Amino acid sequence: MRRVVVTGIGAVTPLASGAQATWQKLLASQSGIKSIEHFDVSDIPAKIAGLVPKGDGEGLFNAENHVSIKDMKKMDDFIVYGIAAADQALADSGWKPETDEDQEATGVMIGSGIGGLPRISEAAELVNHGNTRRVSPFFIPSCLINLVSGQVSIKHGLKGPNHAVVTACSTGAHAIGDASRLISFGDADVMVAGGAEAAVCRIGMAGFAASRALSTAYNDTPTEASRPWDKGRDGFVMGEGAGCVVLEEYEHAKARGAKIYAEVVGYGMSGDAHHITAPAPDGNGGFRAMRNALRNAGVNPEEVDYVNAHGTSTPLGDEIELGAVKRLFGDAATKLSMSSTKSATGHLLGAAGAIEAVFSVLAIHDGVVPPTLNLRDPSDACHGMDLVPLEAKKRKVNVALSNSFGFGGTNASLVFKGV
Amino acid sequence: MSDVADRVKKIVVEHLGVEEDKVTENASFIDDLGADSLDTVELVMAFEEEFGCEIPDDAAEKILTVKDAIDFIEKANA
Repeated sequence: MRRVVVTGIGAVTPLASGAQATWQKLLASQSGIKSIEHFDVSDIPAKIAGLVPKGDGEGLFNAENHVSIKDMKKMDDFIVYGIAAADQALADSGWKPETDEDQEATGVMIGSGIGGLPRISEAAELVNHGNTRRVSPFFIPSCLINLVSGQVSIKHGLKGPNHAVVTACSTGAHAIGDASRLISFGDADVMVAGGAEAAVCRIGMAGFAASRALSTAYNDTPTEASRPWDKGRDGFVMGEGAGCVVLEEYEHAKARGAKIYAEVVGYGMSGDAHHITAPAPDGNGGFRAMRNALRNAGVNPEEVDYVNAHGTSTPLGDEIELGAVKRLFGDAATKLSMSSTKSATGHLLGAAGAIEAVFSVLAIHDGVVPPTLNLRDPSDACHGMDLVPLEAKKRKVNVALSNSFGFGGTNASLVFKGV
Repeated sequence: MSDVADRVKKIVVEHLGVEEDKVTENASFIDDLGADSLDTVELVMAFEEEFGCEIPDDAAEKILTVKDAIDFIEKANA
């Protein structure tokens, strides 16, 4: 099998625009969760979200740096975030294909969990008021999920496989795993892979609130709302943004002297076959995804140093995942560090697995594990586990595993290893 | 220049993101101003909105230049 390495990273998150800027804030235990003020939430019980900081300057997001004003109306925000994260990852990797051969060997696989919900909502308003003729000709391409991959390919001339994953909150992880397999199989030498999401709008908040998934007890103290494994947790916090990695065949990366962050050594998937929104109570789906990823990687459980958990801060899910990790890793579970970076970013849904893959490779690259914020009073089941409470911790990380689980009972685990 | 011409040109500048001096009366939306077929559909919608008129599809298909748009609107609003 051809080996696949990560040679570029990009992230637009509630902490910052930029993978490094995000990472530094994460390590400094900062939170990107704040009150929603850009639309009315008076009739929605959850009033906070992880929102991308906008503006000019270091770490702030300015859409015009990535998309012209003219093109902005042709895409909903999730596409803009996806383009930005892909721009960053490509620039970081130094890969700029110009010949036909190089362009055809470079593909894109950026997914989204939900796609253009804000634009769908706007168009529905027009149609419901009899203004069908006012619906923009750009409405459909502005909300289609695969248009992140499409727009990125157009902008950068990437003519290889053009694909998009849609697996709810596992999207980012599945995209990176699937893209790495395309490289392994020889369909491409380089893939820009990840996830993008921008569903923090009235309809998105109302929908997740209706499914009783969101935190509502910390509206007045937003930075304390996402608290995975803490006894006071009461649901996840919506987030927006995008994450992208440049994946590259190992010899291809070596030949051009590319910086290598880590190798994608394992990818495992499973289905719960249990319930549309709740995880199987015995954690069997997550267990099998992790087991399959480790088997694919040829890595023993005791070799894993860091687990970036799915850990969304829901009462049910956090402990189910923890139980699955304990069963799979046995005695080795007490030796690894496991944290949930959603405590700082909120839950970026289809982009979550992608930014968390970025954090996992940076943990390997920098020898530090990011913290689980607000973990002050851990649930009883956490005893004996290092969940990296409150502060980042220096430790050598050779192997990192990242979990992502989605509605529909879809699970993905990625394993990265230092090169 | 008529009021209609000014307003048409302003819409074209805004929607196509082009320099004002490129928007001459004879400029073709597609050949000279970089529009694609979806851009022209949107432009026609913007004209309808601005001038409160309806431009049927068969008429819209014949609006290829800035002058075509001005002429149609002046006639429709006459």
